[in-house]
Amino acid sequence: MRRSMIRHLALAAIVALCAMPAAVSQDAQKPWGQADEIWGEAEMTEARDQVLASHGDLRTTYLLAERFELQAFDDEDVLLLDGNAWIGGDINKLWFKTELEYLPDEGELEEAEVQALWSRAISPYFDLQLGVRQDFEPGGRTHAVAGVQGLAPYLFEVDAAAFLSADGDLISRVETEYELLLTQRLILQPRAEMEFSAQDIPELETGSGLVSLSAGLRLRYEIEREFAPYIGVEYQRSFGRTADFIEAAGGKTDATALLVGIRAWY
Amino acid sequence: MFNRRSFLSAALGSGAAIGSARLLPAWARSAADGNTGITTLTGNKFDLDIGEFAVNIGGKMGHAVGVNGTLPAPLIRFREGEEVTLNVTNRLRADTSIHWHGLLVPFHMDGVPGVSFPGIKPGETFQYKFAVPQSGTYWYHSHSGLQEQQGHYGPLVIDPAGADPVTADREYVMVLSDWSFEHPHRIFEKLKASAETYNFNQRTLGDFADDAAKEGFGDALADRAMWGSMRMSPRDIADVTGATYTYLINGHSTYDNWNGVFEPGERVRLRIINASAMSIFNVRLSGLPMTVVAADGLNVRPVETDEFQIGVAETYDVIIEPQDAKAYAFVAESIDRSGQAVATLGPCAGMRAEAPALRAVPTLTMKDMAMDHGSHGAHSMSDKTSGQNEAAAMPHDGHDMGGMSHEGHETPEMDHSNHDGMSDVDHSGHDMPEVEHSRHDMSATNGDVQAHNHPDGPGVAGLAMMPVSRLDEPGIGLEDVDHRVLTYADLRSLEPNYDTRPPERELQIHLTSNMHRYMWSFNGVKFSEVTEAIRLNEGERVRFMLVNDTMMPHPIHLHGMFFELENDAGNHRPRKHTVIVKPGEKVGFDVSSEHVGDWAFHCHLLFHMHAGMMNVVSVIPKAGGAAAAPAESHQGHKGHEGMDHSQQGDMNHGEMNQGNMDHRAMSRDEHSGMQHEGHDRGQHKDHGGHQ
Repeated sequence: MRRSMIRHLALAAIVALCAMPAAVSQDAQKPWGQADEIWGEAEMTEARDQVLASHGDLRTTYLLAERFELQAFDDEDVLLLDGNAWIGGDINKLWFKTELEYLPDEGELEEAEVQALWSRAISPYFDLQLGVRQDFEPGGRTHAVAGVQGLAPYLFEVDAAAFLSADGDLISRVETEYELLLTQRLILQPRAEMEFSAQDIPELETGSGLVSLSAGLRLRYEIEREFAPYIGVEYQRSFGRTADFIEAAGGKTDATALLVGIRAWY
Repeated sequence: MFNRRSFLSAALGSGAAIGSARLLPAWARSAADGNTGITTLTGNKFDLDIGEFAVNIGGKMGHAVGVNGTLPAPLIRFREGEEVTLNVTNRLRADTSIHWHGLLVPFHMDGVPGVSFPGIKPGETFQYKFAVPQSGTYWYHSHSGLQEQQGHYGPLVIDPAGADPVTADREYVMVLSDWSFEHPHRIFEKLKASAETYNFNQRTLGDFADDAAKEGFGDALADRAMWGSMRMSPRDIADVTGATYTYLINGHSTYDNWNGVFEPGERVRLRIINASAMSIFNVRLSGLPMTVVAADGLNVRPVETDEFQIGVAETYDVIIEPQDAKAYAFVAESIDRSGQAVATLGPCAGMRAEAPALRAVPTLTMKDMAMDHGSHGAHSMSDKTSGQNEAAAMPHDGHDMGGMSHEGHETPEMDHSNHDGMSDVDHSGHDMPEVEHSRHDMSATNGDVQAHNHPDGPGVAGLAMMPVSRLDEPGIGLEDVDHRVLTYADLRSLEPNYDTRPPERELQIHLTSNMHRYMWSFNGVKFSEVTEAIRLNEGERVRFMLVNDTMMPHPIHLHGMFFELENDAGNHRPRKHTVIVKPGEKVGFDVSSEHVGDWAFHCHLLFHMHAGMMNVVSVIPKAGGAAAAPAESHQGHKGHEGMDHSQQGDMNHGEMNQGNMDHRAMSRDEHSGMQHEGHDRGQHKDHGGHQ
């Protein structure tokens, strides 16, 4: 069978010279094959492909609600969902991120965005992430996204991304988190997020430069690794021209919230 | 023998302890259940059914995949040299297989789907047939999917054809394993999501306070900073832990309390098999020394010890001589101290020995690292000398990592004085890229920086910069115990090594990983990405040099042959099928490539293998061309003893008449029962443990 195949290939080579190298190299690429003679090449090829794929080429999924929390400010409550989901292998993943802010008192979504990203491992600890971000609230803005996410030295989780809107506005966001183990299950997590803008975007009350900073401290208890209720506190502040916009509209430029929430993943 | 009805009545009708006992084969039952000896499946014909069944572990019902409805599978026992037939019927919905771990079978009987055979399809009965020229303690397990984690493993004992040099009044098989009520695919998925999922032994703020009180605040902080700067944890010792595992001895958790009985003064042989998926164990008996008499099935010169670390897939036979009529605890403690299994050996059935408390969790040291992370851009080692010196009781005190001064290292396994003759070897016939770069790269022996000529990328988070031999160390966490602990350096083969040729060439294989992404590979290449097997030519003698670039110990297993572990024991080097390579270690072993065929080669931590830490070692027949495997009839082994092995270089394998065989025309069952009398027996040289 194998010999006749080689004959076939030789024949093919005469007919179409360019077809042969591909076919031959495929045969030569068989990484091992001594059992083919015993059990048959077709059956072994199938089993070989399977054993290779099932030892390293594996797709897994991950669903994370990093912050699902009620933020109790002085004047209002906000329900936040900050979620991640991915499916893929070690190097390439399809990655979704979402951030939803819901105002229970008013019964409306204040902010809603979803990102769909191709995430590619570019180093042992960092992924390059490219894709789109769609804002449903406020407005219906669409952005192109380019970012990096990973684990920095000293075990800081970092997620930094730039967003270019369809209107040509460029903003960026940098998040970093750290986990301090008080015990094996009681974990204190400082978290900071900064937003920058390259230009004024008055309709979003955003000014150029440093837009805002959120700094939070969350104390969670991992009942299971996958399920951890937490309490915390978060301080938010707007800066520069963004603060000017907000003040002009009669808003406050800083606020502190008490948090209660759940971190969960599957 | 077990049957389904007995399981049902046990599960429905009675208490947990009795229920679990009824699920077990008689030999694995406690003495309390009437088992004071070992009953076995003996003979030379065995019927094994692979199916799903319920088990009772520690009073909780679970779902197992295994053999003949028992966990562990029945003990298979036969005599050296006898041809055995094993009919394996797959009653699962998925493919299955049985690999005969450590047995020198013809490669197409080795039971690795995609490497040695196509696997056993649902509903199919596959017939294994072989005779092996060895005796001792072995085991068998599935090589399909993650079935091994679900219970598809069992012990196998081959009695010597002649007199056993090890005498004992009675013996017990002790199968150590790890059971989880979680599905193994879920475990794997969780590890990919967060590699620390099961690690509840991390260093906490409280540990920091303790260390700061002991070492000073600055030093404790510097130590944290050093590990943090590398994004590593010094408590990353086992991936899957007691957080999900119930550790078992003969299918019994500590709660289930497996019992063995003895008469005081008797010599009791324990055949200890680590059949775990992921757990390296520390084995000891409270207040009772052990004399190790065999390792990986083959006899070693008796060596007395109080404890040993046993890698996944390794086996040790020990003799104990309990003098007192009291209960002794047989303890298998997980290497990360997250759990243990305790069984009771006592003068009568039904005793329960007191389980010792789990010992303190070990913390990795700089020696386990042997790493340079400078290549990944973040920092260089020389930045951190202040923290390093306190990092551990390492022998590199005060050295400057930037300067690499390591004259003091002992590297006993690195005797390469014989390599001079290597130019005689003709390597023209094969293409081995991984050889070229690494050949005779003895740099580490000179205290130089380890060469790393393998691909890196996202899957390689660390590189062992100055790996050293650690064969004379007992293993993680056993450095400071106040009793004797076995090391690989203590092992001496009872029989002289039959092949004492120096290696003709060296293969360097790096064990590589990115713990954070839970990626595992050899030489930075996952098995799924492998395009070429590791090729050996029949007849050549090759040194494998394993360099552990990871922070974990890996039990590395080579199928189909024993290797001589280079532990400075001259011509009594221990012959093993599995060796633990410690973190930061470089281990050498020599292989006589005699067993033609394709052989799996992998880390025996199941999820590491599943993630890609695997390759195939192809022993290419001398004649070149077609596979010679079926020619290995394995029938003529009984008369093996007198064979003159010095002739092997001259043997003519070209005379094998295999070209006429039409393997494709044969059905599988016919084939495995096939005889190959026409073949030249002379080619057949198995040297596994016969005298």
